[in-house]
Amino acid sequence: MQFLSIKNNQPVPVSSIPELKYPEFFTLNTGLVAEKPERHCVSYYGYPVQDQIILICCIADDSEQMIHISSCTVKLSDQLPSFTTKLFCFEKFEREIHENFGLKYTDHPWLKPVRYAFDRFDSTRNISNYPFYSIDSEELHEVGVGPIHAGVIEPGHFRFICNGEQILHLEIQLGYQHRGIEKLFLKKKELSQLSTLAENIAGDTVVGHTTAFAQIWESLCRYETSREIDFSRTVALELERIAIHTGDLSALCTDIAYQLGSSVFGRLRTPIVNFMQEWCGNRLSKGLIRPGQVRFPFTPALVDRLNQVLNSFEPDFLEMNKQLFMLPSALSRFERTGVVSFEDALSIGAVGMAARTSGVHRDIRSSHPHSLYPELRHAVNVKRHGDVYSRVQIRKNEVIQSIGYLRKLIADLPEASELSELSVPGENLFTLTLVEGWRGEICHTAITGPKGELIHYKIKDPSFHNWLALALSVRNNEISDFPVCNKSFNLSYAGHDL
Amino acid sequence: MFNNLKIWYHQGKQFIPDVRNAKVPGIFRGRPVISVDKVDGAALAACCPANAISQSPVAIDLGKCTFCGECSIRFPGKVMFTTDYKISTNERECLIIKEGVDQPIKLNKDIIPGEFISMFGNSLKLRQVSAGGDNSCEWELNAANNVQFDMSRFGIEFVASPRHADGIVITGPITANMAEPLQICYDATPDPKMIILVGTDAISGGIFEGSPALDRSFLDRHMINLYIPGNPAHPLTLINGLLALTGRE
Repeated sequence: MQFLSIKNNQPVPVSSIPELKYPEFFTLNTGLVAEKPERHCVSYYGYPVQDQIILICCIADDSEQMIHISSCTVKLSDQLPSFTTKLFCFEKFEREIHENFGLKYTDHPWLKPVRYAFDRFDSTRNISNYPFYSIDSEELHEVGVGPIHAGVIEPGHFRFICNGEQILHLEIQLGYQHRGIEKLFLKKKELSQLSTLAENIAGDTVVGHTTAFAQIWESLCRYETSREIDFSRTVALELERIAIHTGDLSALCTDIAYQLGSSVFGRLRTPIVNFMQEWCGNRLSKGLIRPGQVRFPFTPALVDRLNQVLNSFEPDFLEMNKQLFMLPSALSRFERTGVVSFEDALSIGAVGMAARTSGVHRDIRSSHPHSLYPELRHAVNVKRHGDVYSRVQIRKNEVIQSIGYLRKLIADLPEASELSELSVPGENLFTLTLVEGWRGEICHTAITGPKGELIHYKIKDPSFHNWLALALSVRNNEISDFPVCNKSFNLSYAGHDL
Repeated sequence: MFNNLKIWYHQGKQFIPDVRNAKVPGIFRGRPVISVDKVDGAALAACCPANAISQSPVAIDLGKCTFCGECSIRFPGKVMFTTDYKISTNERECLIIKEGVDQPIKLNKDIIPGEFISMFGNSLKLRQVSAGGDNSCEWELNAANNVQFDMSRFGIEFVASPRHADGIVITGPITANMAEPLQICYDATPDPKMIILVGTDAISGGIFEGSPALDRSFLDRHMINLYIPGNPAHPLTLINGLLALTGRE
């Protein structure tokens, strides 16, 4: 066997990961993914050991519910053929490896910086002189937007090449949010610090990223979570999904100048985030999830409260959606705008909600379920058209589905039980966790050293794949439709830049 | 038309009539109160992930605190977080809450420039710059303008260009990659202008303090007019802070 197959959250000794020569590593991983929609690369990264780089590639297989891991050791002086020439979905991973370590790819078509990390290999490359693609033509013009945007959002630079009002090409330059999180994971030693770091990876996906971190840590400590722990994480993940999808529907209405929808969806987010505050003291769930702990027990009083919140939320949410979907002026802005085809979504390795709107069945809740998801038997929401309208519909459908899950979950409140003590991480382990946040698949991987200390920590937010989906979606659209396309994805800058 | 009216009617009354005295639901972690009980000071200081707790006297620096509540869970008799959300101030030292002190956090009126009140007292337009902000403070800044908190009733709004703004609002620990855009944005804002830091990350760097990917030198070069702590800052903290800064407490 050339690769090691593990389950979600399964710790294995680092030494058990098969080490291949680069040509075999290349053939194996590109072969695993090629023409297999049920497989995709969840993480591919390198870490330095002395003067060599160890590459680790993780390919998830959704039908077998396994993740295939393989590794390869390369030298900085090596000239390597890139996976990207075979499959575009490796494009960003290889760019990241090149940016971090200066590894040379002989035939990578787009070897541009990813995030200008502070410890990048080539520090002469600076964020202010990014090599944008340009076309020399008198017919075309370029439009630059950002890094600071007109709204209250995170920074990133968008460079459009337009023919009149029509977008021919969009290039997205990120990195402005880079805070050096992955390195801080190695520097900070206290568990409370690591948990706090995890909840600051992306402030709109607090539950998603802290759940991923908690699972990684528990997996390294070989800790069995109680039903109560799993329950609170599942409930929090679904609440976060409802809150953000509702907020995004509000923002989408704002972008098409539909005031009523904007106000109603905007105000509907409030009872959900306020419920989070009643539960854990923070509207965005910071402080709620910690490895091996239930910091804020879900009491029977909270069950009643959540039932009340959902009962008053649901009719107003449905009524507003019904009106929105009947409105010709809204539909004309949503339909056939910002299309990502099934083939494109697949080839770039899109994940989560963005992939599902293009017909790609990708949802960790059903393919690699964790917490209480195995019991919920999640039915994946899939749309076919890949346009803004699909992304609006899928948000509505997922909110309704999440409400159903929450009602089911809180009808069977687990007993509070004595929790077992969390031990320390095992030595020389590798582990990987996949969590379906509201945006899509979050992947954290960790490697421990001979004393159980973290020697590598890798975070992959779904936005890492999906920014390219946004860039493809706006091609041939009017530039005035860019905001609504952008909002329909609502990708994370902080989660990408780390 | 009738459907729209029906929807409008079904929303009921959403806005918070009095944002100065509104109660927050549940167990919000606002201004902490530290009792004079004797505890193991070293253990208390060590339990804080953000290094916000100092010893003798025991004090919590809200500019560093990530409001995770760890200290109040481990030392329930010693530290208690109240639901007092009015925790903005214009003096950095006022964010340090010492043991035995249970007093509201106020702004020092003497150091508020006069034109903030005379020029911005009825209309304040702000430009927001996210400099490594994790999008939680950004969500809450947007929420401050939704129909419930409705900050624009006070003439306070976020504008698209620094040239239209009376000041800048910074979120995030200020990454090295954002240092230059932030400076350009500040320079483009006409005088008189204010600088407001929102969230723990902006005030001290928070959990990112000391990361080599940050460049916080902007803060050394300029005077900060308002600190709005929180992780993220609550919309009510934000609105009340801005009202106090423009003389409308």
